Amino acid sequence: MTLEINGQSFETDEEGYLANLSDWSSELAEAMAQQDGCDLTENHWEVVNFLREYYDEYQIAPAVRVLTKAIGKRLGKDKGNSRYLYELFPYGPAKQACKYAGLPKPTGCV
Amino acid sequence: MKAEFTIPVVTNIPVTPSVVDGAMAHSRPFVAKSDHQTALGFPEELVEDWHDRALAKMKELLGKYRSLQVFMDSCVKCGACTDKCHYFLGTSDPKNMPVARQDLMRKVYRRYFTFAGKYFPWLVGAVDLTREVLEDWYSYYHQCSECRRCSVYCPYGIDTAEITMAGREILASVGIGQKYSNEIIGKVFKIGNNLGLPQPAMADTLLDLEEEIKEDIDVDVRLPLDDADAEVLLVSPSADFFAEPHVDGLIGYAKVFHQAGIPWTLSSHASEAANFGLFIGNDESMQKVATRIREAALELGVKRIIVGECGHAWRVAYSYWNTLIGPFDFLDPNYPAPQHICEATYDLVQAGALKFDKARNDDKVVTFHDSCNVARGSRMGNMPGGQFIIPRALIRASCNHFVDMREDSIREGTYCCGGGGGLLTDDLTELRVKGALPRVQALHEVIEQYHVTHMAAICAICKSQFTKVLPFYSLGMGMIISVHQLVGDALVLGSEQ
Repeated sequence: MTLEINGQSFETDEEGYLANLSDWSSELAEAMAQQDGCDLTENHWEVVNFLREYYDEYQIAPAVRVLTKAIGKRLGKDKGNSRYLYELFPYGPAKQACKYAGLPKPTGCV
Repeated sequence: MKAEFTIPVVTNIPVTPSVVDGAMAHSRPFVAKSDHQTALGFPEELVEDWHDRALAKMKELLGKYRSLQVFMDSCVKCGACTDKCHYFLGTSDPKNMPVARQDLMRKVYRRYFTFAGKYFPWLVGAVDLTREVLEDWYSYYHQCSECRRCSVYCPYGIDTAEITMAGREILASVGIGQKYSNEIIGKVFKIGNNLGLPQPAMADTLLDLEEEIKEDIDVDVRLPLDDADAEVLLVSPSADFFAEPHVDGLIGYAKVFHQAGIPWTLSSHASEAANFGLFIGNDESMQKVATRIREAALELGVKRIIVGECGHAWRVAYSYWNTLIGPFDFLDPNYPAPQHICEATYDLVQAGALKFDKARNDDKVVTFHDSCNVARGSRMGNMPGGQFIIPRALIRASCNHFVDMREDSIREGTYCCGGGGGLLTDDLTELRVKGALPRVQALHEVIEQYHVTHMAAICAICKSQFTKVLPFYSLGMGMIISVHQLVGDALVLGSEQ
């Protein structure tokens, strides 16, 4: 599968996750979100940026608790919980946010 | 939740649907890519001589597993299994009746391996192995969660799960593997767990959890990793590190070990209890995945191995480990090898080593979902039915309000969550939602009657599956929790005792 943005095409897997991490750009993230009918706000970007930073260090997406804690620190304690993350990413924060961040989909019993 | 398919209606009493031919013929998971296949020793894509190779594989499996041969020969079409499969009940597709699922293979078996089928195929319903037949196998052998509920009601004890496993093994061996399972097994080979969680990330996550517990209850509960002084190696599903509600179960195990004063450790080499080799019916993969656990236990020099809340992992540990990675003569003979975390906690409760403040769970009315692989593929403790008694005893020890669901939907008759056996993947969402119907229906009954608020489970797949599918039925994803979350929340720690 491919994703077409501004005349350029990018390889993705069957579910629209980027095949190559290095293809990622903020425009691509916006385009992927728009396909799902989602506009990326500043708070969405906090999550996406944290995912990318964490992945850069550990080569894996953060665990849900690591993510909620980090978001709580950045956006305020009332937002440091999975309920808030599900509000931002209704298809599941681990999967939907990873997709926009250009990371591979988490696998396993999750 | 919005869906691109019709969500079944939850009725007040269980209903057997009228059949709808081909209702789920479109359902098929993503096929494994070439690198997912080769990592497991399977061909990259459909091989040219797939017909002969598939039959040769079938012959091999019929010789290797006497059970498969018996199951192929012994069905008398009595119909007892027809309304027992959650996927049939949820989808109405007659090919999801266990007998029909078996017949997908049986009719090919008859054509090539029986006298009547070789010479008079039209008399015995024997068919040639064609690409269409393979496609049907791929679709419907991925609409069986290998939960074995049908086998409980079969007068001959035919186990459809074994036929499904053989079907998947044959498919993978000619180049048509399932992406979800094979990609995951490859990650265990390479990194050590289903998630692909490397050691530094694991260490960081555990440290974070220790901080969280400290903030919550002001006790220094540790979650050690690769600690060579430990007596117990805890092998847990990697979802316990990563996902909710699983992680609260992990915190629960840690609190139990802390309070009982048992030195324990997790391992970065054996950071996965799950073993998807079982799901794809591939012994070599199953052994390779399990071997990491033996290696870690020897390396760390532990005296006991305890398995966390993971349904099929416990089946593999209880029923296969001794053959795959035994003997366990290096472990302390005073403890079962392996031991389930529920069994370990239960023994501590029996010995009076743990004290509970049940009132902390008074905001909940809890029911228990028996996980299929624990219920029908293993046992626990030293009494018959221990796998049913022990988890319930732990819930009762930590909660004041517990009720069971309808009798034919629990214990050995338990319904699969709808996501077991390698089907817990988004490309099968429709199947998963529909397959959850019988469980949701039974849950609905106790919500109506007893105002049940939570359903506890001891399987990572069940927990993820319900988190995802309950909202489709207008139930909160937070209803599903770990047994050891209840235990951990009620456990009185440290000087409070």
